[in-house]
Amino acid sequence: MSTRIKRRSGAYYRAMRRVRQIALGCVTALLLFYVLFPYYWAIVSSTKQGAQLYESVLLPALDFRHYKELFRDANFATSIFNSLCVAISTTALSLGLGTLAAYALGRLNFPERRSLLLTVLMISIFPQVVVLSGMFELIRWFGLYNRVWSLVFAYLIFTLPFTTWVLTSFIREFPRELEEAAIMDGCSHWRILTSILLPLMGPALVSTGLLAFILAWNEFLFALTFTLTEGSRTVPVAIGLLAGNSRYEYPFGPIMAASVTVTLPLIALVLFFQRKIVAGLTAGAVKG
Amino acid sequence: MKTRLERREHRSGLLFVAPLIAVLILVAGWPLARTLYFSLTDAYLDDSANHVLVGFSNFVEVAGDPVWWRAVRNTLIFTTISVAIETVLGLAIALLVHQAIPGRGLVRAAILVPWAMPVVVSTKIWEWMLNDQFGVVNRAIVGLGFADHGVAWTANGSLLLGVVIFIDVWMTTPFMVLLILAGLQILPEEIFEAAEVDGIPWWKRLWSITLPLLAPTIGVAVLFRVLDALRMFDLAYVLAGANVNAMTMSIYARDRLINNQELGVGSAASTMVFLLIAFVAIFIVGALRLDRSGATER
Repeated sequence: MSTRIKRRSGAYYRAMRRVRQIALGCVTALLLFYVLFPYYWAIVSSTKQGAQLYESVLLPALDFRHYKELFRDANFATSIFNSLCVAISTTALSLGLGTLAAYALGRLNFPERRSLLLTVLMISIFPQVVVLSGMFELIRWFGLYNRVWSLVFAYLIFTLPFTTWVLTSFIREFPRELEEAAIMDGCSHWRILTSILLPLMGPALVSTGLLAFILAWNEFLFALTFTLTEGSRTVPVAIGLLAGNSRYEYPFGPIMAASVTVTLPLIALVLFFQRKIVAGLTAGAVKG
Repeated sequence: MKTRLERREHRSGLLFVAPLIAVLILVAGWPLARTLYFSLTDAYLDDSANHVLVGFSNFVEVAGDPVWWRAVRNTLIFTTISVAIETVLGLAIALLVHQAIPGRGLVRAAILVPWAMPVVVSTKIWEWMLNDQFGVVNRAIVGLGFADHGVAWTANGSLLLGVVIFIDVWMTTPFMVLLILAGLQILPEEIFEAAEVDGIPWWKRLWSITLPLLAPTIGVAVLFRVLDALRMFDLAYVLAGANVNAMTMSIYARDRLINNQELGVGSAASTMVFLLIAFVAIFIVGALRLDRSGATER
C-alpha cells in the first residue's frame, strides 16, 4: 500500500497555490516596507515642527515651513545650482570623450586596445583617497581650489572610465554589418561614428549619462575636500555639514526637508528611466 | 606585413583614444605619481613645495600607529560582513522578484530608490530614525515591548560599526539585486522547467542548478562590491566623523592629510590603502579567474 503514489485532489493543489501566493505577497509587502519606509519617514518628518517631530506619529503633519525656509536660504539654492553645474558638465564631458574612446575600443583593431581597456577598468576601481594629495596640489596649481570647476575636473577620474567601459560594451552589441558598407566605400572612421553609430546610440547615451550624472551628483569625498566656503559647496556636502548649535538642537526637521528635496529629482529620474538605468548598470557588469 | 587598411585602423584607433588617455594621465596618472612621491617626503599641505625626501619613515610611522590598524580592522570587518549580507539578501530578493509576484513592476522600481539616494542623505535619514531618544526605530522597539528603553545606536561606540553595516546593506543591496536579476534573466528557462517536471524540490533546484549557473554573475557583483566597500568614506564619515569605532582606512588617510595637514604621512597612508586594495583585487580576480577582457575576446 505504501508504495502507491499518494494522489491529491485538485482542491489541495488550489489551496497550496493560494498559500504560496499569500506568503509571497507578505514577503513582498515586507520588502517594500524595508525599501521605502525610510524615505517615507523623511517626508513625514520634514513636515513636522518642534515637538511634533518627537512624537513619532506615522502620518505627515503637512506643515511646509521647513521647505519655505529652505528655499529662502540662499546658500542652499547656491549648492543646488553648484551640484547641477558640476553633474551636468561632468556627464557631458565624460559622454563625449567616452564615446570617442568607446568607438575605438569596441570597433577598431589596434594592439594597445586590450591593455587600455584593462587600464580603464583598473582606474575605475581606484580608491579616491589615493589621488587626493596629488589632485589637491594640481587643483591649487590651476587656481581651482574652492571653485566648483575643480570638481568637474576631479570627477572625471571616476565618470570617464565608467562611461568608456559601459559605452564600449554597448557599441559591441551593435551588428557590424551596419558599418561594413561604409568601410567598403572608404568612409572615414569619424564619419562612421557620427553618421552611422551615433544616431543609434541615443538609448545607450541616456543610460550611461544618467548613471554618470547620479555618480557625480552624489559624490562626497572630493566635494568635501576641494571646497571650503558655503558658496562653492555641492548638495551632499551642504547636507552633511548641516548641524545645529549643539548636540541637543540637532535640526532634523530642516535636514529631512533638504534630503527630500535633493532626492526627489533623482527618484523621479530613476523611476521614469527605470529600464534604461538597469540596462546601463548591467551592460558594464554582466555582458561586458 | 601590415596592409594599408590595418595601418589606417591603427592610426585612427590611437587618435580616437588620445583624448581619453590625455585626461586619464592628467586626473589619474599624475596625481597618483605625486601621491607616491609625497609619501616619501616630509611635506606639509600648507607649503607643499618645501620638503625633503625622508625615505620610508612615513610608512613606518603609519604602521606604528594603532589608530591606523584600528581603521584597517574596521574596514575589513565592514567589507566582509556587509558584502556577505548584501550577497545573500540580494540573491534572495532577486529570486523573489524573478517570480510572478503581485506588483512586480512596483517592486522593481521601488528597489531603485535606496540605490539612487545620495549616501549622505541615506545616512542622515537613518541617523534620524536611529536617534536614541526620538528615533522611530527605538519608539517601535519600546512600543512593541521588545525592550524597556531604547538602544543608543549611534552614541554607543561598540554598536557604531554595526550601524554602519546595517545602513550600507540598506543602500547597496539594490545594486546586488539588479546585477543578479540581470543574470537570472539570461539563464535558459528550459532547464528549470525540466527540473520542475522531474519533481526536483525547489531547494535542490536552487542549489544544483540556479547557483552554479549564476556563479559568474555573483562573482562579478561581489568583486565590485568588495572593492567599493574597501574604499568606503562617506557613510562612516557623515555618521561618526573621525570616531575610531567606525573609522575606515580612507577616513584615516584623509584625516592625516587634510585635518593634520601632514601631506607626507597622509600620502603614505593613501598608498597603503591603494596597495591593500590592489592586492585584494588581484586575489579575487585570480580566485574567480575572471579576466573580463579575455572573456569578451572569445
